[in-house]
Amino acid sequence: MSDTDTVDWSKQLFDDLIEAGVTLFPYVPDAGNKHLIEYAEEHNGVRPVLLTAEEEGVAVCAGADLVGEKAVVCMQSSGVGNIPNFLSFVNGGRFPILMMISMRGDYGEQNPWQYPMGQAVEPILKAMGVLVFYVDSHDDLGPATEAAISATFKGGKSAAIILTQRFLGAKAF
Amino acid sequence: MMNLPTLDRRNVLSVLFPNQEDYLFITGLAGSARDAAGLTEDGDNLFTMAGAMGAATSMGLGVAMSAPDRKVAVITGDGELLMNIGSLATVSTIAPANLSIVCIDNGCHGETGGQTGHTSNKTNLEMMAKGAGITSTMTIEAESDLAKGAVFLVDAPGPRFIQLRVMDGPPTSYKRNMDLAECRLRFRNAYLNSNL
Repeated sequence: MSDTDTVDWSKQLFDDLIEAGVTLFPYVPDAGNKHLIEYAEEHNGVRPVLLTAEEEGVAVCAGADLVGEKAVVCMQSSGVGNIPNFLSFVNGGRFPILMMISMRGDYGEQNPWQYPMGQAVEPILKAMGVLVFYVDSHDDLGPATEAAISATFKGGKSAAIILTQRFLGAKAF
Repeated sequence: MMNLPTLDRRNVLSVLFPNQEDYLFITGLAGSARDAAGLTEDGDNLFTMAGAMGAATSMGLGVAMSAPDRKVAVITGDGELLMNIGSLATVSTIAPANLSIVCIDNGCHGETGGQTGHTSNKTNLEMMAKGAGITSTMTIEAESDLAKGAVFLVDAPGPRFIQLRVMDGPPTSYKRNMDLAECRLRFRNAYLNSNL
């Protein structure tokens, strides 16, 4: 995927999140969320929150929810390994947490370190009660985003928009 | 060598927060949760944890950013804070003026049998907060410092960090609501209704 394509879909995703009322974008930097976070930095009324670890972002989102605001935590798939214990209050407390996960360790991955965690993303999220909505192509992006937003901010569930490497492209080594 | 703490944790929060009802409180698990539940009588301005160790500071940050007109206090413990110590860097970068973090440091893991913690050795949490970039910090070790702490929480520019060194001993005896879904709604509804 070219950088121009990345900018285009990032804008589409950002606009959908803004329309849904998202005001906070806690994130651990990843190539997959780079442009999304740049849009958040430039947009009035929303704030990116640079994290040291992904679990912080889950708690930041829950804090926003406690006072009626909406947030999305953005991370690479490896970060899913850092969040399960914090998903205990998401699951048990029925916090409607929205996640944006950019995959490594799936379609076309060349780095052997990425496969174990990449392949564990879905079982971990499902074990902790997080719904998953996959984006394999540009055509999936709008519907998957809408489905995840509906599940969280209307349906009261927690959900992840998962951008696969089929969509993002695999990093060359 | 640090002095041995003399403060009883059960008596400190009421001095630091004479007007507790003005705050939204997020606490970690175990002792800090019980002390804060005692302070607020498990009020609807309090969300306590009984698991998810390490989440308090980050959850408090989310509240502080999303409710910038309210005072927000995180009540955590030394073990809880160290489990997610990077959250202090995140707080420093965002720098919410309405956020205070009070770490009740008993130097041990009181909930699991009193096993020695890092702050009983060489770890200094106030220095770690300073190192993260939080400029308003203080350590409270004696009864005579508590009143200064209450003034610090009002007057020092936020975000603020207090390391509160207390004796190893039981927290406040208070039976709080442990149903976390109910507690989420209680806190959320109280906040949203107060803003109507």
